[in-house]
Amino acid sequence: MMKGLKKWRLFSLLAVMMVFLSGCGEDYLSTLKPSGEVGKQQLNLLLLTTVIMTLVVVIVSVIYLLAFLKYRRARVGENVIPKQVEGSHTLEVIWTVIPIILLLIIAVPVVTTTYKFADVAAMDEVDEEGNKTALTINVTAKLYWWEFEYPNQGIVTAQELVVPTGEKVYFNLKAADVKHSFWIPAVGGKMDTNVENLNKFYLVFDKESKDLKDGVFYGKCAELCGPSHALMDFKVKTLSPDAFDAWVDAMKATEGQTADKASTDLGEATFANSCLGCHAISGSGAGGTPGPNLTTFGDRNRVAGFLEHNEESLKAWIKNPEEFKPGNLMMNADGTAPIYGNLSDEEIEALATYIMGLSVEK
Amino acid sequence: MSSYTQKKGFGAAVWDYITTVDHKKLAVMYLLAGTLFFAIAGFEALLMRIQLMKPNNDFVSAGFFNELLTMHGTTMLFLAATPLLFAFMNMLVPLQIGARDVAFPFLNSLGFWLFFLGAVFLHLSFFMGGAPDAGWTSYASLSLYSPGHGIDFYVLGLQISGAGTLISGLNFIVTIITMRAPGMTFMRMPLFTWTALVSSALILFAFPPLTIGLLMMLFDRMFGGNFFDHTMGGNTVIWEHLFWIFGHPEVYILVLPAFGLFSEIIPAFSRKRLFGYSSMVFATILIGFLGFMVWAHHMFTVGLGPTANAIFAVATMAIAVPTGMKVFNWILTIWGGSIKVTTPMLYALGFIPSFVAGGVTGVMQASAPLDYQLHDSYFIVAHFHYVIVGGIVTALFGSAHFYWPIFFNRMLNETLGKITFWVFFIGFHLTFFLQHFLGLMGMPRRVFTYMEGQGWDQFNYISTIGALMMGVGVILMVINCLMSIKGKPAGRDPWGDGRTLEWSIPQPIPFYNFRQTPLVRGLDPWWIEKQEGNKEVTFAEPLGDIHMPNNSAIPFVISLGMFIAAFGALYNPDADKPWSIYVLIIGLAITFGAMIARSVKDDHGFHLHKEEILEIEEHLYGKGGNK
Repeated sequence: MMKGLKKWRLFSLLAVMMVFLSGCGEDYLSTLKPSGEVGKQQLNLLLLTTVIMTLVVVIVSVIYLLAFLKYRRARVGENVIPKQVEGSHTLEVIWTVIPIILLLIIAVPVVTTTYKFADVAAMDEVDEEGNKTALTINVTAKLYWWEFEYPNQGIVTAQELVVPTGEKVYFNLKAADVKHSFWIPAVGGKMDTNVENLNKFYLVFDKESKDLKDGVFYGKCAELCGPSHALMDFKVKTLSPDAFDAWVDAMKATEGQTADKASTDLGEATFANSCLGCHAISGSGAGGTPGPNLTTFGDRNRVAGFLEHNEESLKAWIKNPEEFKPGNLMMNADGTAPIYGNLSDEEIEALATYIMGLSVEK
Repeated sequence: MSSYTQKKGFGAAVWDYITTVDHKKLAVMYLLAGTLFFAIAGFEALLMRIQLMKPNNDFVSAGFFNELLTMHGTTMLFLAATPLLFAFMNMLVPLQIGARDVAFPFLNSLGFWLFFLGAVFLHLSFFMGGAPDAGWTSYASLSLYSPGHGIDFYVLGLQISGAGTLISGLNFIVTIITMRAPGMTFMRMPLFTWTALVSSALILFAFPPLTIGLLMMLFDRMFGGNFFDHTMGGNTVIWEHLFWIFGHPEVYILVLPAFGLFSEIIPAFSRKRLFGYSSMVFATILIGFLGFMVWAHHMFTVGLGPTANAIFAVATMAIAVPTGMKVFNWILTIWGGSIKVTTPMLYALGFIPSFVAGGVTGVMQASAPLDYQLHDSYFIVAHFHYVIVGGIVTALFGSAHFYWPIFFNRMLNETLGKITFWVFFIGFHLTFFLQHFLGLMGMPRRVFTYMEGQGWDQFNYISTIGALMMGVGVILMVINCLMSIKGKPAGRDPWGDGRTLEWSIPQPIPFYNFRQTPLVRGLDPWWIEKQEGNKEVTFAEPLGDIHMPNNSAIPFVISLGMFIAAFGALYNPDADKPWSIYVLIIGLAITFGAMIARSVKDDHGFHLHKEEILEIEEHLYGKGGNK
C-alpha cells in the first residue's frame, strides 16, 4: 500500500513536470516539444534527470530549512554552547550511497543512449543493386550559411533542409571555414561541424512541417562563429516520403539550369553577370559553390536565413548584405561594397523578382 | 624603531604598496584589483543583457557584443574571481596556520604584479583596435580567423597574468606545507587553508596546459606556426582539449576556496565545529582529483565517439558524490547549532540551495545524450552562472563581510549588508533561473540578438531586469565598503564567534602577524582557548627577535618589463611597425636585468628586535601592550 502510494506520488510529480515543461516554447523550435525519435529520447532523459534532481533539491532544502528554523540562536538561547559533534560515519555512508544509487539510475540510460545515438552503421548499408539504402545528407557549415548536399540523389540545396518523415536521416557534418554546430532543437541535436573531420549522426523527423506556424522547423548554429553567429539560422522542411521523392525529382530536373547574360530579362542578365560566379541555380550536382545554391529560393521561408521572405528584404539584402549579416563573405576585401559592385536600383528590382521566381515547387 | 609607526605621505604610501612583500598588503591589493575587474566585467554583462532585453535590439553591434562576451568571461574567471580568492588566500592562509608571511614573499609580490599588468594589458585592447572576440574559450578555428590584434591581446595578456597565478599557486603550496605553526598538523588545518592547498595544487597542474595552448596559439598567430591550422595539417580539436584540460580544473580552482570560505562562516555562526571535518577534507581532495578526469564533458558534441562520451559522462556524475557530501556536512553543521543570521551567514544560507540547484543541472548536462540538446544553449549559461554566482560570488560577498575586520579593522554595515544580499540574491535568481528554459526552448548561447516570434522575448526581458538588480546589489556592496572607512575600529574577534587563529590576533594586525608563534592544540585553536577561558592563544616560543623580509621594487620592474615586451610582441607581425622589435627587446632587457639584479644581490631580510616589537605594540595597542 505504502509502496503503491509512493509510486503514485512519483507519477504525479512526473505528470506535473510534463505539463509544466511542455507549456514552454514553440513546437517548431523547443526541445520540450520534440517531433522525432532522437529528440523524444532526449526529452525522456531530461524528465528522468529533472525528477531525480528536483527530488534532491527538495530534500536538501527541507532538511536545511528545518535545521535553520530549529536552531536559530534566538530560539536556542544566546549563551548556549552547542555540543561540538565531530561527525557521523552512519550519516556519511548514507549520503554517499544514496547519491551513488541515484546516479546509477541515470547512468544506465545515459550510456545506452550515448551508444545508440552514435550508431551510424546503416549509412553504409546497400541494397542488391549496390545503392545506399539510407538517406544521407552532407551538411557543410559556412560563414554564415548552410549547404545541404544529397550525395546519393546527386542534388544540392542550401539554407533550407528538405527531409522525408518517418525514417532515419543520416548526416555528415563538416565546416568549411570556422567551427559551427548543427542544431535542430525540436527534432534533436546537436553536433559540431569541425573543420578537420567529418562528424556523423542521425535524426528522425516524425511530423510534416507544413502544419507548423511557418511551415518549417527552425535550425540554429550553436557554436560561436563570428559576428553573425546569432543570424546563422536555417530552416527544415519535412515532407511525406512521396512528396520528398517528388521534390528530389524536381531538383534533378533542374540539371543544367543557368542564367543567360544575353537574356532580355534584366533580372536574369544581372544574375548571370553579377551572381552566377558564386551562386548556382541548378539543384543537380555537388555542392562547394562559394555562395548558397539558389535553385529553390522562391520556395524558401526566409531571406538570408532570417529575414522575412519578400522582395523588399531581398532587395535590401542585395544592396548591403553587411548591414544585415556583419562579417559575411559577400563584401569585398575592404568591406566598402558587395563583391558584385553597387548595382543600380533598377537592376536590384529585376534581380529580386528573378531570384524570387526560382522554384521547384511552384 | 619609529619608522614603522610614522604617518606616511601619499607618495611614500604608493611606493610602499608598489614595493611591499607583506601578504596582508598584497591581499588588499588583490582585493582592490579584483573588485575593479569584477566591476568592469559586470558592466560588460549589463551591456549584453540590455542588448538582449528585446528582440532585434541594436544597443550594441554584433562585433562589439562578441568582444563583450569574450571579455566578460575572461575577466570574470581570470581577473576577478581568481584575484578575489587570492585576496582571501593571501590574507588568511598565513594567519590561519600561524605564520608571519608566506614562504616566498618576493614571489608573492611578483605574482600580483604579473597578474595585474597582464590584466591591464588585456583591457587596453578595448582602446587599441578592439578586444578579443572569440569567446573566453577562444576556440582555435575562430580565433585564428579573427582579424586585428584582439586575440593577440588575449594570448599575451593571459600568458603574463597566468604566470602570476602559477607563481602564487606554488607559493601557497610551499607556505602551507612548510610554514605551519607547532601543533598545526594537516588534520588541524582550517578548511579554508585545506581548500587553498588543493586549489593551489590544481593551479600547478592545470595552468601548464593553458600556457602550452596559448604558446601554440601565439606561434600560429605571430610566426605562422600551424598547430591549429587544419589546412596545414594542424588540428583545432587539440586546442579544445588543451583549453578544457585547464578549463575544467579552473572551475574547481575557483569553487574549492569558495567552499572553504563557507566552511569557515557556517561553523562560526552555528557555534559548532564543522561536521565531518575529515570527510570534508577527503571530499575536497577527491573533487580536486576528479576535476582533472572530466574535461571532455565540455566536448560531448565535438564528436569524440560514444566510448569517450560515456566514460566522461559517468566520471562527471561521480563528482556529484563528494560535492553532495560537502553540502550535507554543512547542513549537519547547522543542525544542533546556534545559528546567528549575520550577513555572512545569510550569504552562506543563500548559497546552499543556489549551489545545489547549479550542481544538479550539472548532472543533467553530464548525461551526454541529453547534453547534445543542452550544450551551447542558454541552459548551460544558466548552469554555470548558478555555480559561479551562486557558489563563488556569494562566497566572495559573504566573506568580504566576514573578514572585513581582518582586512581593515572595520565592520561592514549589517543592515545594508542584508539589503544588499536580498537585492543581489533575488536579482540573481531572476536573471538565471529562466535562462534554463530559454535554453530548452532552443536559444543558443553567445547570440548578440534574436528575432521575434521564437517565444523568447518575455524571459529575456525578465532576465535583464534581474541583471539590473544584481548591478544595484553590487553598487550597494561597494557603497558599504566605502562607508566602512569612517567606521569604528572593530577590534579582536569582533563577531565573538571566531574559531580559528586569525581571530586570535589583536587588531590592527601588526605586520609580523604573531608576536610569538602560537601553539596549536587542536582543530579551531582560538575556540579551544576561549572555551578554556584564555584571553590569549598559547605561545610556542618566548618573545624574541623576528626575522622579516625586506621590501623590493624588483617584482614590479620584472612585471613591467613583461608588460612592455608584450606590446612589442603584439605589433611584431605588422609590417608597418618596424619599431616593435625594439620594444620587445627593451621590455625583455628590463625583465632579465631585474632578474639578474635580484640574483646578484643577497637580500637576507632583517631582524626585528624585542624592544622594537614592544615599541610597535605600544603604539598600536597603547600602554600595557598586547594583552
